[in-house]
Amino acid sequence: MRRATCSRRPAGRSCPRIDGTLLTHTGLFVTNMGLGSDMYRQQILDHYKNPRNYGELEDPDFTHVGENPSCGDTIQMQVALDDAGETIKAVRFTGDGCAISMASASMLSERLHGMSIEELDALDTDDITEMLGVDISPMRVKCAVLGRQVAQDGSKIHRDELDPDDRTKTEE
Amino acid sequence: MAGKIHRVTSGRKYYNRPTRLSNRLTVRTTIYIRIRLPDTGNTYRTEGVLVLGTQIRVMGVQEQYPFDVEAVRADFPILDRLVGGDPESPGEGPGDDTPLVYLDSAATSQTPDPVVDTIVDYYRGYNANVHRGIHQLSQEASVAYEEAHDTVADFIGASGREEIVFTKNTTEAMNLVAYAWGLEELGPGDNVVLSQMEHHASLVTWQQIGKRTGADVRFIEVTDEGRLDMEHAAELIDDDTQMVSVVHVSNTLGTINPISELADLAHDHDAYVFADGAQSVPTRPVDVDDLGVDFLAFSGHKMCGPTGIGALYGREEILDEVQPYLYGGDMIRRVSFTDSTWEDLPWKFEAGTPSIAQGIAFAAAIEYLEEIGMQNVQAHEDLLAEYAYDELTDLGGVEIYGPPGNDRGGLVAFNVEGVHAHDLSSILNDYGVAIRAGDHCTQPLHDELGVAASARASFYLYNTVEEIDALVEAVGEARDLFA
Repeated sequence: MRRATCSRRPAGRSCPRIDGTLLTHTGLFVTNMGLGSDMYRQQILDHYKNPRNYGELEDPDFTHVGENPSCGDTIQMQVALDDAGETIKAVRFTGDGCAISMASASMLSERLHGMSIEELDALDTDDITEMLGVDISPMRVKCAVLGRQVAQDGSKIHRDELDPDDRTKTEE
Repeated sequence: MAGKIHRVTSGRKYYNRPTRLSNRLTVRTTIYIRIRLPDTGNTYRTEGVLVLGTQIRVMGVQEQYPFDVEAVRADFPILDRLVGGDPESPGEGPGDDTPLVYLDSAATSQTPDPVVDTIVDYYRGYNANVHRGIHQLSQEASVAYEEAHDTVADFIGASGREEIVFTKNTTEAMNLVAYAWGLEELGPGDNVVLSQMEHHASLVTWQQIGKRTGADVRFIEVTDEGRLDMEHAAELIDDDTQMVSVVHVSNTLGTINPISELADLAHDHDAYVFADGAQSVPTRPVDVDDLGVDFLAFSGHKMCGPTGIGALYGREEILDEVQPYLYGGDMIRRVSFTDSTWEDLPWKFEAGTPSIAQGIAFAAAIEYLEEIGMQNVQAHEDLLAEYAYDELTDLGGVEIYGPPGNDRGGLVAFNVEGVHAHDLSSILNDYGVAIRAGDHCTQPLHDELGVAASARASFYLYNTVEEIDALVEAVGEARDLFA
């Protein structure tokens, strides 16, 4: 075995190797928190386990669903606007998917409250990353931005700026 | 026999009756113990007596361990690399310090040095087009490329190169038969029988050919234990069945399907049998006569070879009758403005300049595997699959799909309660553990299982028990993180 560390013991412990040498343990699984684990900081896990604004509105101005078929992540966003139709009054979402997509939709639902339609249109990937407060690995960006895309596309369909038959997805 | 016990690798669940020897409770069982002798470096497998609460006593070396895994690993330098961490600062910076644990060989296997060397030798020494030059380089390349077909034929017990068509991969081999044979021969009233555990390579291909020809496409159901319902198979396969196309080893469930039994059923009704060997040919001895198949497809990149090369085996008398699927250079004998005649088998199915380096390296990969022995590769895979199955089961909160650990191919697909497969894979990646997460190109099967995705760890000849320990540890961390 050429693994430099052994994962089974806490840091500082030593264990004999087959070649007669001793290996000092680094506590690999405690100290080595790189990108992947970093993505799952407490805030993300909290929103995943306790999603905010989860459910359906009684009288939404628009409802839109998006799906990333290869992941199976599905999100429905419902938005109610003020009387002028310019400001977001209430948001509810439902969905099924990974922690990143669900936490992102949950956090977005809070952020959208009181936001104007123009501001919703202007939300980009950086805004979502900033909102999440963690680095998202390139392969997972599609998960993080699905909720935003659903809200934006739903709003555009509501304004007749997008064909309702165009399906919303954020993966290639 | 002096030696240090490396570790017990399997067997602890398969106790025979406990008996009392002296004052300790002992259990005699066949436990696989890997012993490495310092002088020769050889590893051995043996039987031992497990004395509960103490250590294992080795009763004596019975047989040599299939092969020296450490020596094999030395042929795969990629297994030494470190992964994880910050993409902004590649290298051995913070985070990039995790040894790679590669458990995704069912997607693509790693490539040993002798195979890489074969590719380099070709491009440096005799790179030339095949079948169309008199000069020495073309002759050398042609001979090596043609002989690669012989090597593949021998490997699976085919009668010769006439029965081996090189393709891009398993998928292309499926499509070759579906287009060249299926579109011509199938029609309304005919049916093609598949299984519910087909890879999309076979499922989508026959589904679409069915739509175009009007042939019915039927699916043998999968039992709760992840096996084919053979009674259902016997109901589905009838006199209108023209083709039975079934995966040999499931890439999701790990199920080893009874291909020869299906072949008997099919042949009773004069139907052909096509086995998808993408997961079986790389991992166990496969003989087309033993299986009784008419067609077999497999990919080089899942068996230590390069990407871009795979093979279709077809019985010569069938391939003789089937018209070419691709037209062009290299596959013709005589061409006029109005007509053409075809080259002999297998070349009539290999139009255009083929993947020459890849074909030659495919043969090198097979020679590499044969040196280890496919029986030994299978024995090692069996051991790892069983160990992984047991350890993941013991961990708790893990749902594993497919048959039990002692009766499956070298892969384990699973889900952890409360953790999406993509989240699991992201977290495992941080621990250097590379697994596949998704639908593994078996979406309808996942629909049947009632899950959108699963995580899959798959093993090959270079994997170790310690790597499975790392997998299980990381899965446990992920489970706890989400608890």
